[in-house]
Amino acid sequence: MDATLASIVAAASPLVYAVVGETIAEKAGVINLSLDGSIMLSAMAGFATAYTSGSVLLGFVAAMLVSMAVALLIAFASIELRLNQIAVGFVLTLLCADLASFLGNPYVGQRVAGVPPLAIPGLRDIPFLGTVLFEHNLSVYGSFLVIFAAYFFIFHTRRGLELQGVGERPEAAHARGVRVNLLRYVYTVVGGSLCGIAGAAFSLDVLLGWREGRTQNYGWIALAIVIFGGWHPVRGATGAYLFGALSVVALKLQPHWPDLSQILPITPFALMIFALLLVSQDWLRRLADRFPRWRRLLSGDSPSAIGTAFWRD
Amino acid sequence: MSLELRGIHKRYGAVRATDGVDLRLEAGAIHGLLGENGAGKSTLMKVLSGFVVPDAGEVLLDGKAVPLGSTRAAIRAGIGMLHQDPLVFLPFTVLDNFLLGSGRRVDRAAAAGELERIGAQFGFQFDPSAPARSLTVGERQQLEITRLLWLGARVLILDEPTTGISASQQERLFSALRVLAGQGMIVAFVSHKLEEVEALCQTVSVMRRGKVVGEASLPCPTEQLVEMMFGRVVAPPQKEGVALGEPVLSLERVQLEDRVAAAEYSLTVRAGEVIGLAGLEGSGQRPFLRTCAGLARPAEGVLAVGERDLSTGRHHDFLEAGVHFLPAGRLEEGLISGLTITEHFLLAARAKGLRIDWGAAEAAAEKRIAANLIVGTPASTADELSGGNQQRLLLALMPPDVRLLLMEHPTRGLDLESADWVWRQLLERSRRGTAIVFASADLDELLRYSDRILVFFAGKVLREVRAADTSGEELGYLIGGKVAP
Amino acid sequence: MTVPPVVRRVANVLLPVATALALGVLLLISADAPPLEALRLILDGALGSAGGLSSTLMVWVPLVLAAAGLVVTFGAGLWNIGIEGQLVMGAVSGALVARTVHGPSGLVIPLVALAGMLGGMLWGLLVGVLRTSGRVNEIFGGLGLDFVATGLVVYLVIGPWKRVGSASTSGTDLFPRDAWLPGTGSLTASWVALALAAAAVIVVYFLMRGTYFGLRLRAVGRNPRSAFLMGISTNRYLLAAFAVCGTLAGLGGALHATGFHHKLVPSVSGGYGFLGILVVLLAGFRATWIAPIALFFAIISVGSTQLQLRLQLDSALGGVLQGVLVLFTLLAGGWQLRRAYRTRRGSEGG
Repeated sequence: MDATLASIVAAASPLVYAVVGETIAEKAGVINLSLDGSIMLSAMAGFATAYTSGSVLLGFVAAMLVSMAVALLIAFASIELRLNQIAVGFVLTLLCADLASFLGNPYVGQRVAGVPPLAIPGLRDIPFLGTVLFEHNLSVYGSFLVIFAAYFFIFHTRRGLELQGVGERPEAAHARGVRVNLLRYVYTVVGGSLCGIAGAAFSLDVLLGWREGRTQNYGWIALAIVIFGGWHPVRGATGAYLFGALSVVALKLQPHWPDLSQILPITPFALMIFALLLVSQDWLRRLADRFPRWRRLLSGDSPSAIGTAFWRD
Repeated sequence: MSLELRGIHKRYGAVRATDGVDLRLEAGAIHGLLGENGAGKSTLMKVLSGFVVPDAGEVLLDGKAVPLGSTRAAIRAGIGMLHQDPLVFLPFTVLDNFLLGSGRRVDRAAAAGELERIGAQFGFQFDPSAPARSLTVGERQQLEITRLLWLGARVLILDEPTTGISASQQERLFSALRVLAGQGMIVAFVSHKLEEVEALCQTVSVMRRGKVVGEASLPCPTEQLVEMMFGRVVAPPQKEGVALGEPVLSLERVQLEDRVAAAEYSLTVRAGEVIGLAGLEGSGQRPFLRTCAGLARPAEGVLAVGERDLSTGRHHDFLEAGVHFLPAGRLEEGLISGLTITEHFLLAARAKGLRIDWGAAEAAAEKRIAANLIVGTPASTADELSGGNQQRLLLALMPPDVRLLLMEHPTRGLDLESADWVWRQLLERSRRGTAIVFASADLDELLRYSDRILVFFAGKVLREVRAADTSGEELGYLIGGKVAP
Repeated sequence: MTVPPVVRRVANVLLPVATALALGVLLLISADAPPLEALRLILDGALGSAGGLSSTLMVWVPLVLAAAGLVVTFGAGLWNIGIEGQLVMGAVSGALVARTVHGPSGLVIPLVALAGMLGGMLWGLLVGVLRTSGRVNEIFGGLGLDFVATGLVVYLVIGPWKRVGSASTSGTDLFPRDAWLPGTGSLTASWVALALAAAAVIVVYFLMRGTYFGLRLRAVGRNPRSAFLMGISTNRYLLAAFAVCGTLAGLGGALHATGFHHKLVPSVSGGYGFLGILVVLLAGFRATWIAPIALFFAIISVGSTQLQLRLQLDSALGGVLQGVLVLFTLLAGGWQLRRAYRTRRGSEGG
């Protein structure tokens, strides 16, 4: 049982990176719909770099830079050119996916070492939790850190409050001297960097190697989980782990239902629709009204200015 | 300490919002900036506070130039602005709103203490953990003022602060401003309401069409100010007595959908009658109007339009029964950005055919544009029109045989000429038998045009009065839930 | 600098194309492939032979049908990402009829087409209902249903409809001959499919620009609240948009299955739904130019499969070219608007 949970935690780590990263960008008001494509491109770039250079670390760096570049393009198109974020994101997601396929061709079937395991001495010996949480590698530990760092930053620092303000009501933030568009650039690129790490976490850790379609539509799932998570990093990460659990369950059921073996992997995605359906109803809001102390976690309202461009005149 | 603006120019497209404005403000006195809607006052103040970048000009505080177009620089120089719609973050708590953007390393408990301390000087009270959305407009203003003072503002600009606040809140605001001016701050009070400027300010500059056309020290004769504001004598349309007809709208013990205040409404409106709804924002007029328009369903009670019981009706049933609803947000809920005037007329006609005859449609639109004095062409899109022309278009889109007209803020943000034109049209309709129910934050408008006024407070109808029997002062107190002293 | 508007508009079209080509050449060079040879192969593969031309035309059919449907949903302000699923379900429905109904072609083919339209329409309505009643954003509702549709096809192909002998992901058995679309002269491309596709474009153009339905739909797309207050049932129009788009996409899927593959394959939608979105973006959300743009994209798609066969390059290069083209067109358009806005502000000065 604890081995299964450990595998869920590890398998979900790329998704956690992507969800937290996109939560940050969307909290600032920018939707990065290119997520699926840029994760694929980062995964390929990370793998290719690690393969040619022999360094897994360089692979991660390369993956990060690729996603950051794409995110920068989205931010530029939205802020400077005032283009529709969904349109630009959609084109980029297809483009990056195709670029990844084309450029990654020579690397299909190649092998790399991957992220070395690093169990934490001492903590690994805790019964149950030790196996689940502390017998992984740096990539997975990073995903834990990222959740709490994002949570703490957004909700417990003044810069984080400014971030929330930028996505909620940019005119009000602007009136208070906050540089709205600069921050939107910054946080979109930060979100992009985390998505790059997600890509590398895929091709260099969870699912070693590169092939077309390797990242299995995880980018789209991440976008949905951000909504499911109510733009809260902890709730979003919970959604990621839930999805991971569903995927592992589907995998374990395969030998029992061989006829459905091809479509079982698709069920978590379909369940995602129902999850969104669940979250879009009023009951959560009413719950948030009953328990105001948990309002932040429960109420899933999107940042009011999400998807819009801000300009002062 | 003195603040000087020199040669401020700001254009929006072809419109010169401010056309070479020079202004000088001194500490210790409250300075009024008077002018009707569209005169350029707000734009000027937004330039001053760094919110908007001017095309030309400079701002000098005590002789030193203040960098333009940067809110950070303005805040650092001590210039703080209270916007007409206080720019607070609605889902965030009062304390978060207080802290956001302050750039200070201060822990929350200490900040809460400062919030209380500064606010107490003026009788403002806050609950730091309440969401800002639960505050009334007046309370949001108080929060903003407290925040600006905490940040060390030496110049305080208030843009139309008295719209939508109760008389007691206004009193508190005015006394706070007097104290601040007495403490040596520069206070600028921007308004289109003569009486308030006369009551509060010591000096006044009057703006018209983007220029400062005159200055005066108060007290000074009112006619002088009126002359400067409008350049002519102003005579609003007169309301004559109208013979009332059959009941058009009747509510019997109606409870609204969200039943927040467990309020029951009973009302009968007759043909030709004009009912005004007074009250602070959020006091219940909006849900009331929307229920009467069929946009929300009553939870209890009977709602009838004419003879038809529409308690379970939907908006389209109401439209068919001759009810027309004009929302306050002209571009948000009334018109459609990006569609042309011709297309709007086509949509309003609710024709039953398949094909559109564009030639005929444009010709018809041309005629109606001329008839309604809209400045625009059949191909102009709704967002290209000015506020006044948008309202003209909205009125022109109304079917000719409306039995009941429901309006939220019919003249909000309009210059006087457009506002007068709107009421001329509305009074004409009421003479022909249309019943009108409208909500407004402008007490003068309510008094001038209503037969009866319903005062809303905390979700209930506090009082129903005949317009002839009440005064602006009494109304001002009633909307705050109090009776005039 | 005053450039005559005609020159500017031609430049607006040519510059992004040139950029896309330049980038394509760069990529080819980086993959150690001869760029001119590769481009020649693409054109030759798509247009140089009867087989190639037929393929191009039969790819054009679902692509332009999807694009026509998307013009309607975009008009309603919707991002119908579920278009792929609608294509797939049209193909599945058409396949069902093709496999079970036997008779003369004149009977079977119209039934296949109708089944395709019905299947696609229902799948589209499903996304619509999720949005209007379930308040699920149509991007994610559509995406989820895309996955479900793909899953269904895979299940059918290796399960109940598997090939006689051994199940294979290369598809079902071929459809009975009477369900195949008739060719046109020496081409295997079907005039029936081409005619239907062309008709759809004309119908959509007329629908959106010349009817009250189109006007009301556009009103809903731009401002649903104002539209509602004007007496338009916004939900009904949104659902209608999904229904129309699903119908056209489903027809495209069914025609593609019977006219190109002649069987049901897992990748039956071929990504033409998403590609259709790119076509409509490039066409500025209007029906006027979708036919030629779709043809251009079809040429690139079909042609780039030659790259895989002859140069061992991934055919995704075609997708890269298409994506870069749309991206640069969008960016250039945005840039132009910003420059025009800034010069307008500056020139009315002094």
